[in-house]
Amino acid sequence: MVVSTNLSDAEVDRLFHALADATRRDIVRRTVEGELSVSRLAEAYPMSFAAVQKHVAVLEKVGLVTKVRHGRELRVRSDPDVVDRARRALDELAEAWQGRVQRMADLLDSPEGD
Amino acid sequence: MDLTIDKDLEAATLTVVATFDHPVEKVWDLYADPRKLERWWGPPTYPATVVEHDLRPGGVVRYFMTSPEGERFHGRWDVDAVDEGKGFETRDGFADADGNLVDGMPVSTMVYTLEATDTGARMTCVARYASTEDLAKVLEMGMEEGLAASMGQMEAVLAES
Repeated sequence: MVVSTNLSDAEVDRLFHALADATRRDIVRRTVEGELSVSRLAEAYPMSFAAVQKHVAVLEKVGLVTKVRHGRELRVRSDPDVVDRARRALDELAEAWQGRVQRMADLLDSPEGD
Repeated sequence: MDLTIDKDLEAATLTVVATFDHPVEKVWDLYADPRKLERWWGPPTYPATVVEHDLRPGGVVRYFMTSPEGERFHGRWDVDAVDEGKGFETRDGFADADGNLVDGMPVSTMVYTLEATDTGARMTCVARYASTEDLAKVLEMGMEEGLAASMGQMEAVLAES
């Protein structure tokens, strides 16, 4: 089933801005495979810890990554809470079906459906 | 028309039960007739076009939905079982422009059941994903589609300049 999530122009702009930087794209790629601490990430780039932190913050703002605390360590992952996303997916599917059933009823009531 | 929708997160399952004041045969036609199916499957903003329709065991139903920008999003049903006029079972997934299933994308099992009632018909649709992770991917897919559409627009603009 095709479900569409409509992003507003402003949201798409923010997403593109977030992904318009090579370091940020690399952070997303690396954290897809598993959580990484900000310090581990910082080791990978020729820039300061603070600069990497700023990049992470930009990605976090548009929801491309989330930060998870493990004890003293702050880890980054690019997969926001699976359960939350699944719940939203179910909500969207339910909404899609609400529309479908209404259209089915309308079609049955129309002369063509008969 | 009466509608109840049950969302089961742990089972990654959506159950839709709808009653109609029309006979079962008419409701069956909404699936069996591709021209009727495309009238209700997609919302008015993303109308569906059914390009292949073989509602028999082993058959395939292919469709695409068109975004307001004209972008096409393809889907397909692989039909596993059909009880003519009473129900059918399909696997519903994301397809590419050639109608092939996209690897790694979630596929849901859809079981449709139609029954006669005193006043018409009851339709039950149970859509089940393999896991909560798969269900979550449906949402990501939507986001990727939005991104893909925007990318396409960007390319078009760049090609013009």
